[in-house]
Amino acid sequence: MAIVYEKPHALSDLELHYCPGCTHGIIHKLVAQAIDALDIEGITIGVAPVGCAVMAYDYFNCDMAEAAHGRAPAMATGIKRSLPDRIVFTYQGDGDLASIGMAETVHAATRGENITVIFVNNAIYGMTGGQMAPTSLPGQVTQTSPYGRDVKTAGYPVRVCEMLATLDGPEYIERVAVNSVKNINNAKRAIEKAFRNQVEGKGFSLIEVVSACPTNWGLSPQEALKWIDDKMIPYYPLGVYKDRTAAAAKEA
Amino acid sequence: MAEKVLMKGNEAIAEAAIRSGCRHYFGYPITPQTELAAYMAKMMPKIGGTFLQAESEIAAINMVYGVAGTGKRVMTSSSSPGVSLKQEGISYIAGSDLPALIINVQRGGPGLGGIQPSQSDYFQATKGGGHGDYHLIVLAPASVQEMADLTALAFDLADKYRMPAMILADGTIGQMMEPVTLENIEYKPVEKPWAITGTEGKRKHNIINSLYLNPEMLEKKNLERFERYKTVEENEVRFESFMMDDAEIGLVAYGIAARVAKNAVTALRAEGIKAGLIRPVTLWPFPKKAVLEASDKVKAFVSVELSMGQMIEDIKLAENSKKPVVLCSRVGGMIPTPEQIIETVKNLEGGMD
Amino acid sequence: MTLEILFAGFGGQGILFSGKLLAYKALLEDRQVSWLPSYGPEMRGGTANCSVTISDTPIGSPIITKPDILIAMNLPSLDKYEDAVKPGGKIFIDSTLITRHVKRTDVEVYEIPATMLANEMGAPTLANMVMTGKLMSVVPEISRDFLEDALHKCVSARHQNLYDLNLKAMDIGAAYEC
Repeated sequence: MAIVYEKPHALSDLELHYCPGCTHGIIHKLVAQAIDALDIEGITIGVAPVGCAVMAYDYFNCDMAEAAHGRAPAMATGIKRSLPDRIVFTYQGDGDLASIGMAETVHAATRGENITVIFVNNAIYGMTGGQMAPTSLPGQVTQTSPYGRDVKTAGYPVRVCEMLATLDGPEYIERVAVNSVKNINNAKRAIEKAFRNQVEGKGFSLIEVVSACPTNWGLSPQEALKWIDDKMIPYYPLGVYKDRTAAAAKEA
Repeated sequence: MAEKVLMKGNEAIAEAAIRSGCRHYFGYPITPQTELAAYMAKMMPKIGGTFLQAESEIAAINMVYGVAGTGKRVMTSSSSPGVSLKQEGISYIAGSDLPALIINVQRGGPGLGGIQPSQSDYFQATKGGGHGDYHLIVLAPASVQEMADLTALAFDLADKYRMPAMILADGTIGQMMEPVTLENIEYKPVEKPWAITGTEGKRKHNIINSLYLNPEMLEKKNLERFERYKTVEENEVRFESFMMDDAEIGLVAYGIAARVAKNAVTALRAEGIKAGLIRPVTLWPFPKKAVLEASDKVKAFVSVELSMGQMIEDIKLAENSKKPVVLCSRVGGMIPTPEQIIETVKNLEGGMD
Repeated sequence: MTLEILFAGFGGQGILFSGKLLAYKALLEDRQVSWLPSYGPEMRGGTANCSVTISDTPIGSPIITKPDILIAMNLPSLDKYEDAVKPGGKIFIDSTLITRHVKRTDVEVYEIPATMLANEMGAPTLANMVMTGKLMSVVPEISRDFLEDALHKCVSARHQNLYDLNLKAMDIGAAYEC
C-alpha cells in the first residue's frame, strides 16, 4: 500500500493541547515538515516562547529549550554562538515577539543572527485569555480593549515584517497565512526556505504566520479563517518583504 | 614560582574565566566593571570565543541562558542596576538547573544610585534575587588574586552542582591593581549529557526548561534542588579566620570591608584589645558554623558592611542571638575607615565593662 | 616597611601612570603592592587620584586615609589632602600650578615647578614624571632599582618612543634642587 501522507518525523507523538480551530497545529506541522525535508532533526535546536506555544518543547523531537517571555531570540543567539553548526529556530507569538521581546527581536535581526524565527500573529494574547496584543487591529474587542482597540489611547498595531525589512541585517522576511490550502502551501514553502537559508549560512530569516484564534476572537473555526481574509490580511498584507539574496541576484 | 603580573580586579576575572575554559561572554556597558567587558572584547576574537555586546542586560543574561543550555562555560558581568535587570534570566537559569557565572561589581544603590563601591546587593545575591525558591553560589573576593581564583572556583562549583554562581565584588576590588598569578588555573571539563547539542538521531531529545504546570512535579523539582543545596552547604563553605583564636570581639566582613576590618584588627591588637575577623569567602553558603562556634568565645560581633545591615541578619541567624551583633557601616559608595571600626569596637568594650 | 603614597591631580596629568610605575617597580622588587585609582564619569580634566601601598608584609586595606607621601599636582588636591598626611610625612607639589605654599610645618615639603620643567624639555605631558623623579631621589624606600623594567611594562607598545623621554623627565626632576 502506498503511503500518501505521514506525520512528520520531527513532530512528537504527543497530543497537542491547542484549542479546536487553532492554527498552531498546522504551523507546528509545517515547521516539522521543513526540518524533515532538510533532514536536520538531529542537528536542530528549537526555542519555545511564553504564550500558547509554551509547551512546543514537548511537540518537537529535536532538542528544545524554553525561553523567558520575549527572550527567545536572545537565547537562540546564545545557542547559535555556542554551536554555530547547529540549526536554531524560535517559535514565538505576537505578545512574545512584538511586545515584551521587541528589543530582542530587532537586535537579533539587525545583527543578522543566522537563526530562523517563526512568528505566529493571531492578534491576541491567547494563553492568558484574550487580551489586547501589539498586533490587535484598530477597533478589535479583547478582554483589555472591551470597547474595541482605541488607537488614540492604545496606539496602532505593529507591522513587524514591514519594520524589520527596513534593517540591513536580515536575510529574509516574509508574511504568510494558514487559513486556506493555498496559503498553507505557500507558508510551507516560506518556512522551509527560512530554514534552508540558515543551513546555507545566509542569516536571519523571519516568517510571520497570520494565524487564527477562534476561542479568543469569539468566532467559530470557519468564521475565524474568514476573519483572517476579511480583517487581518488587509492590515497585514502577505508577501516577501525582504530577500537579500534575491535582491542581490536582481542587482547583478 | 609562578610569575606575577599586575592586573585590575576586573581584568583578573576576565583572564581567569578564559583560562577556566569560558569562551562565551555577553554583557552591556556599565561602570565600574567595564574593564572586564573590554578585556573580553579584546581576547575572545583571538581565541575563537564569543564576545557580544547585547542590546540590554536582559538580552545578555538570556544569551547566557542559551549557551548554558548547550553545556558550555559562559558568563556575563555587570554592576548593581544591571544585575537587577538580569534577575529574571538568573531565575530561569536556576530553575533549569544550569551552570553559569554572573559577575556583580557592586555600586551604590538603590535606583541608579552611584558608581562608587558598595555591598548593598547582599540580600539580592544571597537570598535568590529573582522569583522563586533558589540560591546562587555566591563568592566574595577580597583581593585581585581572589578575583581570579574564585572565578575559576565558581565555574567548577557551578558545573559540579548544576547551578548558577555569582562573584559578588565591588567597585574597589574591581578597579584596584595587585600582583596576581594565574598559572594555577586549569580547565577541568565536566560531562553534560543533559545539554541541548542536537540529538544526532542517537538519543531522545533533551529539553532545557523551568516550566512544570503540574504542581506535584514542580514541588518535586524544588525539593530535589534543595537537597542539592544542602550538599553545597555541607561541602562548600569557605571563610578566612584572622586572629579569632582568643578574640573577644569578632568582626565579620567580606570583600573590601574585610580588608579595612583587618587593618582595624591589627591596630586594636596593638592596643591590647582582642579583636578578630571572620571573613566569609562564600556568602552563600554562609559560614554559619564558624560564626556559631565563635559565639561561645566572643563577647560580641560587629558586622562591617558597605550596606545598611544586610549580612548582619545572617550573622544573627548563625549565632542564634547568643551574643550581641552590632553594625558598622558606610553606604552610598563610602567605605568605613579603620578608625570607625576601632571606635565601634571600643564603644562595645566600654558598654560591656 | 609599609609606605602609603597618594598621587592626586587632574585627569590627564598621568596620575594613574605614575602610580602604576611605582606599583610595577614594587612587584619586580618582590614586595607587596596595591594600586587603587579613583574612578568617575570624567576622563579628562576632572580630579583623579591613585593610592599606592608598598609593603614588605601583606597589605590590609588598599584605601589610604593617612598617606606617608602626598604628590599634589593641582591646588584642589593639595587643599583636599594636605591635612591627611601623616606627621613626619612628605608633600610634593607642582609649584607651577599650585601658587600657595604648604601650610603644614610637621612634614617635609618639596616644591617642584614640574609643569614648567616639562614644558622646557618639550614634553608638557610629563610633569608627572618630573615629580616621580624627584620622589625617587628623596625617598630611600623607593630606589631606582628595577625602574627601567617597570617603565617598559607601563609604557604601551605603541608609545615605546616615549620611553627615553620619560626617563629624561625623571632625571630632570631628580636633579632639581628645591
